[in-house]
Amino acid sequence: MAEYQNIFTQVQVQGKPEWGMATENAEFERTRKAGFSTLIGWIGNAQLGPVWLGWTGMVSLATGILALNIIGLNMLAQVGWSVPEFIRQLFWLALEPPSPEYGLRMPPLNEGGWYIIASFFLLISVMSWWARTYLLAMEHKMGKHVFWAFGSAIWLFLVLGLFRPILMGSWSEAVPYGIFPHLDWTTAFSIRYGNLYYNPFHALSIVFLYGSVLLFAMHGATILAVTRYGGDRELEQIVDRGTATERAALFWRWTMGFNATMEGIHRWAWWFAVLTPITGGIGILLTGTVVDNWFIWAQEHHFAPMYDGSYGYEAYGSYETFIGQEN
Amino acid sequence: MFPKWFDKWNNENPTNIYGPAILIGVVGTAVTVAAFLVVVGQPFKTDSLQTGPRGTGMSRPEFVSDLAKPDPSIEVMYTEAPYVPEGGEAKASEIYQNVQVLGDLTEDNFNRLMLAMTDWVAPDQGCAYCHGDVEIEEYGNDDLYTKVVARRMIQMTQNINEGWDGHVNVNKQVGVTCYTCHRGQNVPSDIWFKMGAVNEAAGGWAAVQNRVTVQSQYTSLPSDALETFLLDYGRIGVHDLEAHVAAYPTEEGYPTWQDTERTFSLMNYVSNSLGVNCVFCHNSRAFYDPEQVTPQWSTEQLGIGMVQEMNNEYLVPLEDVYPPERLGPVFADAPKAACKTCHKGYQQPLQGTNVIADWPELATTGAPVYE
Repeated sequence: MAEYQNIFTQVQVQGKPEWGMATENAEFERTRKAGFSTLIGWIGNAQLGPVWLGWTGMVSLATGILALNIIGLNMLAQVGWSVPEFIRQLFWLALEPPSPEYGLRMPPLNEGGWYIIASFFLLISVMSWWARTYLLAMEHKMGKHVFWAFGSAIWLFLVLGLFRPILMGSWSEAVPYGIFPHLDWTTAFSIRYGNLYYNPFHALSIVFLYGSVLLFAMHGATILAVTRYGGDRELEQIVDRGTATERAALFWRWTMGFNATMEGIHRWAWWFAVLTPITGGIGILLTGTVVDNWFIWAQEHHFAPMYDGSYGYEAYGSYETFIGQEN
Repeated sequence: MFPKWFDKWNNENPTNIYGPAILIGVVGTAVTVAAFLVVVGQPFKTDSLQTGPRGTGMSRPEFVSDLAKPDPSIEVMYTEAPYVPEGGEAKASEIYQNVQVLGDLTEDNFNRLMLAMTDWVAPDQGCAYCHGDVEIEEYGNDDLYTKVVARRMIQMTQNINEGWDGHVNVNKQVGVTCYTCHRGQNVPSDIWFKMGAVNEAAGGWAAVQNRVTVQSQYTSLPSDALETFLLDYGRIGVHDLEAHVAAYPTEEGYPTWQDTERTFSLMNYVSNSLGVNCVFCHNSRAFYDPEQVTPQWSTEQLGIGMVQEMNNEYLVPLEDVYPPERLGPVFADAPKAACKTCHKGYQQPLQGTNVIADWPELATTGAPVYE
């Protein structure tokens, strides 16, 4: 099966669209078009549509578009409604949270008022999309794993924009909506509270994040490697273990003495992914509320040892030698 | 294209050339690159200046090719050894009129310095830049703003060399002269003006940042850092010095992450001005900790104090003296100085060239000491 050794899927199924089950409200709930795209077929199923929107999808899309437009129009206003400047400065521009003096009150529109409004719509958008993942899973009589996984991301989102600002008593603590500015917030937040790398929950979050990457690579590679024996039919392999599973398991057992099971590997993946934002959110929530300087906290808990050696280049060489004025 | 016998032979002996071609290509390229590196050497070689204990990653890397080029300003710098007075010479204040500074100098040394200042600040316009296109007898007049400013700048230079010895002579005698900032230009490069709000339709915190400006060093950090810290004496430190502190953003004086961004903006400006990085002064794992900073951190502290004094005592009070074209574009404020005005991207201005040795007249606010 040489096709599967490619980055892209080369076997595409295109024909009559698959519409899903006909239900009472199908006409009303789903979009009425379905087509095929060779381009999207390279990275997934070539069929595009229909989409089941439902009222949650409609609300989510409407409020999401509203929030994005508030953010975008604020940016455009900041550059004097000049489209070329907007494009030029796009990565620098942001809708900033209110100035600190307003606390949890509603600030004037141009000093963070729009930020509160955009955040409100964004909150509705995200929450109704969350509801949608529950309703759709229910519709399919599926487990609610996607719903809970998305919930863990929402936990971090709410900690950043809702729970922590309330605990700190000021909306100014929220994260700016902008490309570079949200990164500035991240750096400033870490520096302000004495280096987030000494926050154990931040450390755990990194463990789960990098762990997720490692697990994804291991699992993806394993399944691709046994696809020639039908290993990509993972669900069948779970209930009726075939030679693909045996080989994959044996490979890892010989490699490291232990192997996950065909079912269990997905629990590993799910928990690692879900724990990334859960632990990260705990870390953020504790910062500035419970711990104000993580480095000193780490010193108090004896895991920030001092380095031996001098500070300053004078101990290691001279500026004159460095720039070649002396030899 | 090829002779028939070759095409025939070729057809009868089919060979997969693609496999070997890729192999030969890869191996061939690798050998060529390896040979290039061995013979010519690494073209992007770096050297680094270690600034802290091993394991902290504290070092300043530079391209060797950059290090090989000295600051071009050094070579063209004008300097002249002083005429050591033998005693009994007439003083400049006795010979010339209206000599408010440098009056203690002998005529030779006075003219020597005047000539040098011309070369440092107004090489194209000459004496007339400050004295006007008049007879030499009228050089005592204060008709031109340039002369009034120059007098104050001489006082500032003397004050820097004397009062801020701990900054400008910290490693060895270096000092500053007019040339340190001016470099042959009427107005030094890398001066700055107040910017105010950089965003339209926004107020407060949202108005002063997130735009590409020189003062934000092209980042999205606040553009008002120089004004806040180097003019208005704003508080630079943002850290709590205990693990737990009961304080909240709405309280007066609580340093917020917004304040941290402003401090970051200043630090970024300082780094770029000196061509260094954060770990030239700090151990970045604990920026605030005075036990984990380099001696350069203390030099920098003095530098900040020096710039605050320069701006508030010398540069800003000249606001009314300048013509409109010398004032700031937004607030018509006087031009101000900061790190880059002198350093211009080098750890030490003019790479640590001793500029003051020949100019004892500029080294002190009192009478010059010749040796």
